[in-house]
Amino acid sequence: MSATAHEHGHEDHGHHHKETFVTKYIFSQDHKMISKQYLITGLIMGFVGIAMSLLFRMQLAWPGESFGIFKAVLGKWAPEGVMDADIYLALVTIHGTLMVFFVLTQGLSGTFSNLLIPLQIGARDMASGFMNMVSYWMFFVSSVIMILSLFVEAGPAAAGWTIYPPLSALPMAQSGSGMGMTLWLVSMAIFIASSLLGSLNYIVTVINLRTKGMSMTRLPLTIWAFFVTAIIGVVSFPVLLSAALLLIMDRSFGTSFFLSDIFIQGEVLHYQGGSPVLYEHLFWFLGHPEVYIVLLPALGITSEVMSTNARKPIFGYRAMVASILAIAFLSTIVWGHHMFISGMNPFLGSVFTFTTLLIAIPSAVKAFNYITTLWKGNLQLNPAMLFSIGLVSTFITGGLTGIILGDSTLDINVHDTYFVVAHFHLVMGISALYGMFAGIYHWFPKMFQGRMMNKNLGYVHFWITAICAYGIFFPMHFVGMAGVPRRYYENTAFPMFDELTNVQVLMTVFAIIAGLAQLIFVYNFISSIFYGKKGPANPWSSNTLEWTAPQEHIHGNWPGEIPHVYRWAYDYSKTYENGEYIIAGQDFVPQNVPLQENEEELNH
Amino acid sequence: MTALLTLTVLVLVAIAIWQMTKIFELSQAKTEYAEIANDSDNKNNGYLLFGFLIFIYGITIFSFVSYGKMLLPEAASEHGGDYDQLMWISFAIIFFVQTITQALLHYFGFKYRGEKGNKALFFADNDRLEFIWTIIPVIVLAGLILWGLYTWSNIMDFNDDDDPLVVELYAQQFNWTARYSGEDNVLGDANVRLIDIDRANVLGIDESDPNGDDDVIVKELHLPVGRKINFKMRSQDVLHSAYMPHFRAQMNCVPGMITQFSFTPTITTEEMRLNPDIVEKVKRTNEIRAKKAAEGLPNSDPWEFDYILLCNKICGKSHYNMQMKIIVETEEEFNKWMAEQKTFKASMAPAE
Repeated sequence: MSATAHEHGHEDHGHHHKETFVTKYIFSQDHKMISKQYLITGLIMGFVGIAMSLLFRMQLAWPGESFGIFKAVLGKWAPEGVMDADIYLALVTIHGTLMVFFVLTQGLSGTFSNLLIPLQIGARDMASGFMNMVSYWMFFVSSVIMILSLFVEAGPAAAGWTIYPPLSALPMAQSGSGMGMTLWLVSMAIFIASSLLGSLNYIVTVINLRTKGMSMTRLPLTIWAFFVTAIIGVVSFPVLLSAALLLIMDRSFGTSFFLSDIFIQGEVLHYQGGSPVLYEHLFWFLGHPEVYIVLLPALGITSEVMSTNARKPIFGYRAMVASILAIAFLSTIVWGHHMFISGMNPFLGSVFTFTTLLIAIPSAVKAFNYITTLWKGNLQLNPAMLFSIGLVSTFITGGLTGIILGDSTLDINVHDTYFVVAHFHLVMGISALYGMFAGIYHWFPKMFQGRMMNKNLGYVHFWITAICAYGIFFPMHFVGMAGVPRRYYENTAFPMFDELTNVQVLMTVFAIIAGLAQLIFVYNFISSIFYGKKGPANPWSSNTLEWTAPQEHIHGNWPGEIPHVYRWAYDYSKTYENGEYIIAGQDFVPQNVPLQENEEELNH
Repeated sequence: MTALLTLTVLVLVAIAIWQMTKIFELSQAKTEYAEIANDSDNKNNGYLLFGFLIFIYGITIFSFVSYGKMLLPEAASEHGGDYDQLMWISFAIIFFVQTITQALLHYFGFKYRGEKGNKALFFADNDRLEFIWTIIPVIVLAGLILWGLYTWSNIMDFNDDDDPLVVELYAQQFNWTARYSGEDNVLGDANVRLIDIDRANVLGIDESDPNGDDDVIVKELHLPVGRKINFKMRSQDVLHSAYMPHFRAQMNCVPGMITQFSFTPTITTEEMRLNPDIVEKVKRTNEIRAKKAAEGLPNSDPWEFDYILLCNKICGKSHYNMQMKIIVETEEEFNKWMAEQKTFKASMAPAE
């Protein structure tokens, strides 16, 4: 409905519906409200996920010690305050699931795709507001089910976030593989449906609803990133859905897709002919693109925030777009690098090594372009800008170790050790979180009617987080190279790991400080929603269209006509040949300003 | 102690930042929009970015100095040497790139910190620059790929040349069993459906297959030095992974299929115990353990170095303690040990 309305240049859209509390705040079809719903749900899930990581980090640093907090939070899973081995694995599993899917997929992409796609391309709303609403509520339901699964009698899913069968398929293999795993699978199936609805909506909106003059090569890089992310999601999430469905069949209906020749607890099971390796293929066919589903939006946000705050055009716009496309394409053909030693044909290992190291090339191009964007800029070091610089830093540090893990030979000895944990936390976990924080600090005024977050609290939040992130994950590489496997409840069974306990303590201390630092953010976020100081309409002097919309949210985004676009989003500090700014006294030229006389026209 | 120190330092740093920003905020004439970075914010954070660069270098150096010695000792297998060499080359490249890119990133953040009236350079494109930093990774990665693939195909070339010793590694929740193929060097057929706990046929070996008669089942892996070992892995319940870090060897054990890995051990356990790195490590570890013993804590017996096989694929509650000792010894010692073991047929006989 709204799609046709836009084409007719509907001018007084949005003044005639009556809004009730329910349609405005709960079952809202307005993309701005939905984006806030995603953000707040994502942040709550993030709070749970990070809290879990602190619990198991304490267990790793002080194995077998009794803590009051364990007793308080884990109850029967921590007899005498000592964490149980089953709940350790459950915490690790749910931490991974929550952070990867609920925080960094829907929390990040759902929030900013919804907020920015219509506002930055000049559309009144998403292509289908209803579908958008359904997508959010499915996400909400899946979040609730996932949280509920924590309270199941036999414990939540505990087979690792990758839930490899047979461990995840057989309740007798692990207590968490009973009801807990069933709920996990149900929750994820709903989650995938939600993600698909959202992605289809983003794709259609970007293709169809761009305002006049907004050609694809004038799109801000945020939109390019969200658009391509949505495409990757549509290509790969259905494969995870089929894996989840087949696993449900194996678990509940006696099929043998992933199971064969199993003898457990004194009896032979009837399963015959299936293969756990098949599951690994299906899982990682999503699982690897998922990394980029998490990362690309963060990189898109960084591109925008960095260019705006550097008061410089993003360097190599076309190369950035090409890198996003190359990463998206390659991401679907590298999944096998998670499986070098899974028992698949070693020749496939060679192929996947090749494609995997190829993906380092567009990633390197992006990193270099970010660095060049800073060069000779006039950097406005707002909190969002610091998080963007931080992202580039962790993206490089974490990305470089990918060269080792992506090489089938070198993977042999570091596979599934803490080296991997350090690598992916830096390159996708911390980087994507920084992207998310950058986005929140930057677009907070857009979300909350012009209110701004406190910058000083933002600085404290950033610097503590930045120091702790390296403090946790840099030493972790060494633990991995010493041969310590991940997902070990404690390392005391191996004297060769004794001296590494010190490192675990150091990492845990940093983790706890980092966790506490996030409370500063929580306080800042909540208090700024209500008491934040109002800023100007365009606080960061940005070129993109969202800042031309009024601070007060109205349905349809712009009163009157939608702005037209005459230039790309990155005319920062552009000058005439005589060195004068295009608009006198102003170092930026918003996209809706027509080309001036004598202005050099770029290829956008 | 380290923990407490870091904690204190961080809290102090946080307070310092907090106070600094506060002072600057107060010393400024009230501007209209307080939440947008002003010149003093840019200055402070510019300096902090530079400080952060030093922090990154610092933590790198600190980690190498304090933790470098804790890494695995020299590889104890033939292919392990190639592995380590490729690893160090890759690390050299990584550290080179890391040092330079982090320096540029943070130094630019410091150098070009904003100031009112400064003008940024409108610099949107440069084909030559972009070409250079596309082609350099292409060349470097091409080299690494070729080298890696060459080593990979050597390691993964599983064949019967050079008279290998055939050993089965059998995984179950939560322990390992090894089966030697005996004099004929051929493993008897086996399937989980043939497991007979009552008769102690725990690996499900087919009693009608004569190849299995001379198989030897043990709970401690003995390997003769200098002879190629062909491992065949099986699992009876869930995924496991046979990880032998000292040999740079790992392969998953998958129910329903047989996976394989082969390597040649080159250093005996006795020799490895004399390796200076290991001597140091054992000394450090035993100091820790002595301290624990003094406090009456568990896991505090003195330790003697041994090679070890670990499970490295999450497999359930006791995943963290699924291990088997590996002993690499001379051919004679190995033969002597082997002669003392019971064959499968002999172990089944009394039950019949």
